[in-house]
Amino acid sequence: MEGSVGTGGPALRISGVCKRFGSLVANEDVSFTLKAGEVLALLGENGAGKTTLMNILFGHYVADSGDIEVNGAFLASGSPQAALRAGIGMVHQHFALADNLTVAENIIIGTEPLFLPWHRPKSKDRILEIARQFGLAVDPDALVRDISVGERQRVEIVKALYRNVRILVMDEPTAVLTPQETDALFATLRNLVANGVAVIFISHKLREVLSVADKIIVMRQGKVVAERFASATNREELAELMVGRKVSFPAREPATVGNPVLRLDGIVLRQAGNRPNILDGVNIVIRQHEILGIAGISGNGQAALADIACGVLAPTEGLIHLSGQLVQSEPSEFVKRGVARIPEDRHATGLIPDMSVWENVVAERYRSQDFAIAGLQRIGAARKYAELVIDQFDVRGAAPNTSAKQLSGGNMQKLILGRSLLQNPVMIVATQPTRGLDIGAVAYVHRKLLEARDRGAGVLLISEDLDELFALSDRIAVMFRGTLSNALRTEEVSLKELGLKMAGQFGVGGR
Amino acid sequence: MSSTFDVVLTASFWAATLRISAPLLFGTIGELICERAGVLNLGIEGIMTAGALSGWLTVYYGADLWTGVGVAALVGAAFGLLHGVLTVSLGLSQHVTGIGISLLGTSLSYFSFRLLITSTATPTIKPFSAVRVPFLADLPIIGPVLFEQSPLLYLALALAITVAYVLYRTPFGLALRMVGENAMAADAQGVSVTGVRIAAVIVGSAIMAIGGAFLTLSAFNAFFVNLVNGRGWICVALVVFSSWNPIRAILASVFFAALEALQIRLQQGSGVLPYQFFLMLPYLVSIIALIAVARRVAGPQSLMVPFRRGER
Amino acid sequence: MRLEKRDFPPLVVRLTAPVAAVFASLLISSSLIKAAGAPVLWAYWTMLDGAVGSMNALSETLTRATPLIFTGLSVAVAFRARIWNIGAEGQLYAGALATVLVAAEGGRIAAFVPPLALPIVAAIAAFVAGAVLLLGPVILKVKLGVDEVVTTLLSNFVMLLFVSFLLDGPFRDPMSMGWPQTPPVDSVVNLRHLLGGATRLHAGFLFALLSAAFLWLFNVRSVWGYEMRAVGYSQSGARFAGMPVTSVLVRAALLSGGIAGLAGFNEIAGVKGYLTLDMSPGFGYSGIVVAMLAQLHPAGVVASAIFVAAIFVGADAMSRAVAVPNYIADVIVSVSLLTMLVAMILTRYRIRHE
Repeated sequence: MEGSVGTGGPALRISGVCKRFGSLVANEDVSFTLKAGEVLALLGENGAGKTTLMNILFGHYVADSGDIEVNGAFLASGSPQAALRAGIGMVHQHFALADNLTVAENIIIGTEPLFLPWHRPKSKDRILEIARQFGLAVDPDALVRDISVGERQRVEIVKALYRNVRILVMDEPTAVLTPQETDALFATLRNLVANGVAVIFISHKLREVLSVADKIIVMRQGKVVAERFASATNREELAELMVGRKVSFPAREPATVGNPVLRLDGIVLRQAGNRPNILDGVNIVIRQHEILGIAGISGNGQAALADIACGVLAPTEGLIHLSGQLVQSEPSEFVKRGVARIPEDRHATGLIPDMSVWENVVAERYRSQDFAIAGLQRIGAARKYAELVIDQFDVRGAAPNTSAKQLSGGNMQKLILGRSLLQNPVMIVATQPTRGLDIGAVAYVHRKLLEARDRGAGVLLISEDLDELFALSDRIAVMFRGTLSNALRTEEVSLKELGLKMAGQFGVGGR
Repeated sequence: MSSTFDVVLTASFWAATLRISAPLLFGTIGELICERAGVLNLGIEGIMTAGALSGWLTVYYGADLWTGVGVAALVGAAFGLLHGVLTVSLGLSQHVTGIGISLLGTSLSYFSFRLLITSTATPTIKPFSAVRVPFLADLPIIGPVLFEQSPLLYLALALAITVAYVLYRTPFGLALRMVGENAMAADAQGVSVTGVRIAAVIVGSAIMAIGGAFLTLSAFNAFFVNLVNGRGWICVALVVFSSWNPIRAILASVFFAALEALQIRLQQGSGVLPYQFFLMLPYLVSIIALIAVARRVAGPQSLMVPFRRGER
Repeated sequence: MRLEKRDFPPLVVRLTAPVAAVFASLLISSSLIKAAGAPVLWAYWTMLDGAVGSMNALSETLTRATPLIFTGLSVAVAFRARIWNIGAEGQLYAGALATVLVAAEGGRIAAFVPPLALPIVAAIAAFVAGAVLLLGPVILKVKLGVDEVVTTLLSNFVMLLFVSFLLDGPFRDPMSMGWPQTPPVDSVVNLRHLLGGATRLHAGFLFALLSAAFLWLFNVRSVWGYEMRAVGYSQSGARFAGMPVTSVLVRAALLSGGIAGLAGFNEIAGVKGYLTLDMSPGFGYSGIVVAMLAQLHPAGVVASAIFVAAIFVGADAMSRAVAVPNYIADVIVSVSLLTMLVAMILTRYRIRHE
C-alpha cells in the first residue's frame, strides 16, 4: 500500500480540543497522538466525552477550539468529506446504513462523481476483493434490512476500507456481538493493523480494551486523565481512573425465593407473512426475592418479551399469570397488579419528555383515585407525589413543573424507577436499565433493584451487559431466535458457555 | 354497460386520457422527487397555481409558449427554494410549512391576476397546438393517441423516464435516495444532506409548476380562480399509489386520468345522476387508492425526519 | 455572539413571537401594495380604520372573527393531538347542513321539537355532523396509516360538491327564485343580535368565547385533556403508560370536527340565515393560521382570530379606498403562517454574547 506508513510522524495528532453544548462541557483541552499501525483505546464511562471527540474528528461536530492533524496536515473542521479524504473512517455505534438499499449501494455512495452512471461490476469486484483480503464475508446484492447485525458491522468496515481508510474509528463495536463474534472482530482488527491502518477503539469495557489495545487513553468528564500502555496497567487501575473515586457496587446476597410473581406459559408471538415466530414457546417463572437475568444479542426477541412482560403487547398464544392470577395484556392492568416497568428507551417510551415531571410521574396511574376525580385531575396531589419521588430517589435538576426533557439520562432513569418503586411493586421488569448511564447512576440503579429484590419483589432483568447480568441475577437464561434456554444458577454458568448459547448453541455438551 | 365499453375502445377517449394525465404526471413526478429525498412538499397545490398563472401571464405579455413554460418552472423553483430553506435548513414542520406555501401560492396568484387583469371578460392566449409526429401519427388507433399530442405531454413522459434513470442509475440518484432513507448515513459518507434535499425540492417544485402551466398553456387557454381544483392533492395521493416509483407514476396518472375521462363521458350521457357526483369521483377515487395501498407500501424511511447534525 | 438553544422559552418570548411574525408579514406584504401602486402607510391605515375604526367596523370584525374562533379551536385541538386536520372547511359545511336540516322553515324535524329547544338541537346536530366527517380520515390513519392531510383535504372538495348537489335539488328553497340556497332558518333559530341589532354582531360571538374558555379548562384540568396532550407529544410513551391511544385520537377527532361543525351552525344561525355555496370564504383554511399564530392555545385562538378577521375586513375597506385587490388579505395571512413558524423556531434559541 502506498503512502503514509513510514512518514515518521504520528498518523493523528489531536491538540487542545474543546467543545461545549450550552452549559455542558463535553471536551476540555483534549490532546493525544496516534501512530500508524497502532490500536488506541478511548476508555471512559458514558458521558465522558469519547463519542463527542470522535464526532469532532469525523466532522459531525465543530470543535470550539483546538487542532487536529492527520499525517502532518491540518484537518478542516465540520466536514465529513474532509475527514474521509484524509483517510478517516468511522464505524458508528448505531450503524449508518440505509435499510432499503443494497450493501453495495451503501458502500459506494459518495465515492463516485455525481452525474455519470457508475460502473457496477467494477465496484462490486472491488468490494469482493476487499472482503476476501480482510476475511469479511459480505453479500453486495443483499438488502441491508435482510442481513444480520454481525454482517452489518462487517459492511461498515468494508465501507471504510473501500475508501482506503488509514485511521479507523470504532464506537463501542462489541455492544451487539456475541463473545465469539467479538473474537472474530479483534482478529480483523489485528489484520488491519498489520496493513498499516491505525485504529481508535471506543469502549467502556475494561476487559476488551486491555486485550485489544496497544495504548489506552482514559477520559473523564471531558478531560484526558491518563495515558497508559496496555501492557503496563490493569483493570483496577483503569476502573479507578475512569471513575475518579472508588465506586461501591452493591453485592448480591443469596436469598430464599418465595411464591411465583410472574408466570409466562407457552408464549408465542407470530408475525405476518412467512417469517419465523418472534417468540417461540417461551416459559418463565419468577419468584419473590429473585432476579432472573436474560442475556442475548438484541434482535432475538428480547424487545417483544419485554413488551409482553410489561403488558404492552399481547402474545399470539400463551398465558400470563401475575401473583397466581391470569391477566389480560393491558398496561394499566399490569400496573394495578403491582408490576413496575423500566423500559429500554427512556425518551420514547419510559417518559414523555415534552411533559412536566409531575405529568410523567402520574402517567401510569392518572386515572386512579389518587390523581383524578370526576374526570378532572388532582394536580395538587400529583405535584406532591412528584416531590416525593424527587426527594426519595435523588432526582437532580428537577421540580414538579420542570420539563422532563431537561433532566439528564441518569435522572430520567431515577424518575422512572422512583415512580414505580415507591408503590412497592411485587414484580419489576427492567430492560437495559443502565444503558447510557454514568457509573454512579449505574451503581444506584443496581442498588435499588437489589433492594427491591431483598424486600420481596421478583425481577425480570433483560440486558446486553454481561457484567451487569452476572452481578445482579440469581439465575440466567439466554434468548436466541425467540427461544429461551433453561435458566441456570449464575454461579454455575461460565462466560464461554453463555457466549455459545447467545450464538444459538444450546445444550452443547460442555461445562 | 355496453356504452361504457364502446367509449373505452375509441381512440379519442385515450387521447383525452393522456391529455388529462399530463398535469397529474408533472405533479406526481415533482412530488415524488421531493419525497424520495425525505421532504414532504404540501405546497404543491399553490405551486401549480403559481406556475399556471406565471406561465400564462408571460405568454399574455407577448413571450412565446416555451418561455412561458420556463418562467413557470423558475417560479416553481423559487417556491421550492423557500420550502427547502424553511423545512430543511430551519427544520420547520413539513406539514404546516407546506400548507402555508400552498396558501401563499394561491393567494399570490389570485392577487396578481386580479391586479394585472382588470377586464371583465377573461382574456385568452393561443395555447400549444398538438404536435403531429409524421408517419407514426397515421397508425390506426395508437396514432392519434400517442403521436398527436401537446409537446408538454411528451415532455412529461420524457421527464418521468429521465427521473427514473437518474434515480436508479446515477450516483446522484443514489445520493438522493440515501438521503431519503437514512440521512445520517449519507452524511457519514460525505454527502451534503442539506444540499441534496434542497436541490430535490427545487427541482421537484419546478416540475410541479410546469404541470400547472400545462393547464393554462395547453389544456385551457386562460387562467381562472380554482383552476387547479385539488389536482395537487390528488398528486400527493398518486405518489403513494405509485410506490414512489417514476414509471409506476406514469401508469398511476394514466389510470387516474382514464377514470376522469370516463367520468366526463358518463356525465354527458347520463341524465340520472347529478353532475356533482361525477365531479366527486376523482377525489373519492384518490381516497380509495390510498386505502388500497395502505400498509402495503413503505415510503422512504427518512421522509419527514428532519436532519440535525451536532445538536443535543 | 452566537445562538444557543434554550431549554424552555419564557412566556414573554412566546407572546412576542406572534406579534413579530405579524409585523414581518405586514412588512413583506407591503411590497405587494407598492406593486399595486398604492402608498403603503395610507393603505394600511385604511385597513386599520376599516377593521376597528368605528363601532360598525369593530362589530363587523368580531362577527367575522366568530367562525374563525371556532375553526381555530378545531384545528388547535387536532394539532395538539398531532392530527393534521385540514378538513375544517368541509366540517363547517357539514355543520351548516345539519343546522339547516334540523331548523329550516317547513322542515320535518322542526315540527317535532319545541321551538325553545330547536337551537340546541341544531347545534348538537351540527357538532355531530362535523365530528362524523373527521372520524373517517382519523380512523383510516389509526388503523391503516393513511396520511390524514390528504384525506381531509380531499373530503373538503367532496363535501362542497355534495352541498352543491343538495342546494340544486333536494334542499333548494322553493321561494328562492332559482338561486341555489336553502330555506331560511332564522324564524326558527336565531342567535340574538348583540348591540341592539344595529350591527351584525350576534350571540354566536359569546358562544365562541365560551367555547374557548371551556377548551382552556378542558386542556389544563381534565383527564381527557391530559390524555390528548400526552398522545400528541408521544404516542409510544402514552401507549406504554397504558393510555388508550386509539380512543384518545378518536375523541380528539370528534371534538375537533364537532367544533368546526359549530362554526357552520354559527354562520347559519347568526349571520346568513340560510345556506349558500359561498358561505365560507375559506374559514377552515384560515383556521389553520389562527391556530398556529395562537401556538395552539385556546386563549391565543381568540386573539389571533380577531386579528385575522381584522385583516380580512380591513382588506375589503382597503380595496375600496385604494386599488389593491382584497386578495391581499389572503397573502398577509398566509405569509403570517410562515413567519410564525420561523418565529417559533427562533424562540427556541437565545443570543449569547461572548
